[in-house]
Amino acid sequence: MSVVRHNLRSRGRISPAIWLVLPSAVLMIFLFAYPMAEGFRAAFVDPDTATVSLRNWDRMVSDPQFWAAVRNTLLLIVVVIPLQFVLALTMSLILQAKPRGSAVYFYLWAIPLAVSDLAAGLVWLSIFADRGYLNSVLLSLGVQPFSWLSYMSPGTQFMAVATAEIWRATALVLVIVVSGLQGIPKEYDEAASVLGATYWQRLWQITLPLLRPSLQVALILRTILAFQTFAVAQALTGEGFPLLVGETYRWYSALNNSNVASAYALVIMGISMLTAFIYLHVLRDQSRQVTS
Amino acid sequence: MADIKIENLVKIYPGSSELANDNVSMHIADGEFMVLLGPSGCGKTTLLRQIAGLELPTSGAIAIGGRDVTYLPAHKRNLSMVFQSYAVFPHRRVRHNIGFGLAIRKRPRQEIEEKVAWAAELLQLTDYLDRFPAQLSGGQRQRVAVARAIVVDADVLLMDEPLSNLDALLRLSFRSELKRIVEQIGTTTVYVTHDQSEALSLGDQVAVMRKGRITQLGNPLDVYDWPADTFVGGFIGSPPMNFFDGSISGGHLTIGGNQISAPVGLDHLGAVRLGVRAEAIRVADPGTPDCLEGEVLVAEPLGASTLLTVMLGGHQLKVQAKPTIRTRSGDKILLAIDPEAIRVFDPESGVSLLGATRA
Repeated sequence: MSVVRHNLRSRGRISPAIWLVLPSAVLMIFLFAYPMAEGFRAAFVDPDTATVSLRNWDRMVSDPQFWAAVRNTLLLIVVVIPLQFVLALTMSLILQAKPRGSAVYFYLWAIPLAVSDLAAGLVWLSIFADRGYLNSVLLSLGVQPFSWLSYMSPGTQFMAVATAEIWRATALVLVIVVSGLQGIPKEYDEAASVLGATYWQRLWQITLPLLRPSLQVALILRTILAFQTFAVAQALTGEGFPLLVGETYRWYSALNNSNVASAYALVIMGISMLTAFIYLHVLRDQSRQVTS
Repeated sequence: MADIKIENLVKIYPGSSELANDNVSMHIADGEFMVLLGPSGCGKTTLLRQIAGLELPTSGAIAIGGRDVTYLPAHKRNLSMVFQSYAVFPHRRVRHNIGFGLAIRKRPRQEIEEKVAWAAELLQLTDYLDRFPAQLSGGQRQRVAVARAIVVDADVLLMDEPLSNLDALLRLSFRSELKRIVEQIGTTTVYVTHDQSEALSLGDQVAVMRKGRITQLGNPLDVYDWPADTFVGGFIGSPPMNFFDGSISGGHLTIGGNQISAPVGLDHLGAVRLGVRAEAIRVADPGTPDCLEGEVLVAEPLGASTLLTVMLGGHQLKVQAKPTIRTRSGDKILLAIDPEAIRVFDPESGVSLLGATRA
């Protein structure tokens, strides 16, 4: 009797689980799945004939700025990310040694996390501009000022963008590494040290391997975000230092071509996914694969 | 191998006003097994960590093998240690965990392999050498930690409650195994525990600690038989030593309303606190002279013996009786106490009044 009633009641009703999942599912479909599907469509459809074609990709690749943007984006990642990791690791090891005022250092070093890309770019613009702080200091020291951000000297342009990026985004790595370090029980370090390991031996053989999960997360996050670097370069150099996301923006707004912009967006997504996959594969942790 | 000399060691943790170690001095002979025993917070682990170099003393000195190591970093002391949490490196296979200390000392590969194989054999880990710690049980991880500590040719082996995370059965079997292994390698060992039975069964010497000080240091059986004060008597032994008030005068010991012969050499002490081990009290046949009468509160048969809780002159006494005894709560029984087994303490301070003559 009760079984029948239960069946009757549940037939016309939707399970509460579905109601609970629904809001986020709807949100994901509207804000994520739909735009992505639309992006794919736009990238592979010829805007004039409305047929499937590779014309947008052709236009993207034949644009002289495209390869410059690919090169600059990769160069920035290759130079900036290792430096950021070395810096963040050094800073978090200093914090872990708990010197006087270490809590203050942590908050000071984490401040850039709260600064927006564009604001960070503008801050560094005020330093590197022709009449900026750096040149003022140089002038007062009797050194000839230099046009750091001029298109005539791509080397200093790159250096300025890289410096600003390191300043802005190292804090993210720092926060992840600090929390990772705090999660490692100190007995491991103590055991190694009693067994005769010096500080550097402990760092390389104990701390860093145990920190691997955190480093992996930081590396993936940082790399994906680095592919999206845009506002800093825009603020410092205008169009002088093209990056992939900057080009996407230029095609979408200035050139009013959402199809080629979509192709750019897909390129960025593809590279990001590939890198994340490679990281996960190369850095996978054998000791966690419990087989028996 | 080496001896350890600790002189007037004082440790105050930063931000605390209490002395974690209060003027501790001891000498641990070469090859000796020293157990630091005490309740939690007594400073035994602090002392061990200072020997290890993981904490630095506020004042005092530590010398290992004649070399002053007081402020030497841990990795320069040539020690090895087993931690309470085992601290087996999770990212290294068992083989590389055991060989860690040797690899750090840059020993030849062949020697590392031989020693790892030897230790694995000794601790029954041979089949697990290529596993990661996550694939081992708690007892096996513990074995890895011990193997890792014994393969290095260390001057001193330190152990911080290595058995406390094992279940009761495993603890008992591993205890005897540990004793055999340490005897075999013969390294000077300092072992921290809060378990009195471990201290008695393992140590050549036991240092009982309380509030940062060493209360008594000696051979385990001496410490058991001749506690320096009521704290030691109450802490060591299961059940702990019985304590009750009495008085001694004219060669007689008065407890409650009863009178028996006093221990030899103690004639006129007045009010004292008496201590007797449960196994030194015998249940006597009715009519036996020089006995105390008590009332059974609880009788707990334990197999090898029966533990009686007896009410005597307003005090509860634990009595270890023969397993064949038939008695129930409410029964009146006669208790005979061997006068030689009675320990006498100052009623105020709890310090032994016999200890000075004996020790």
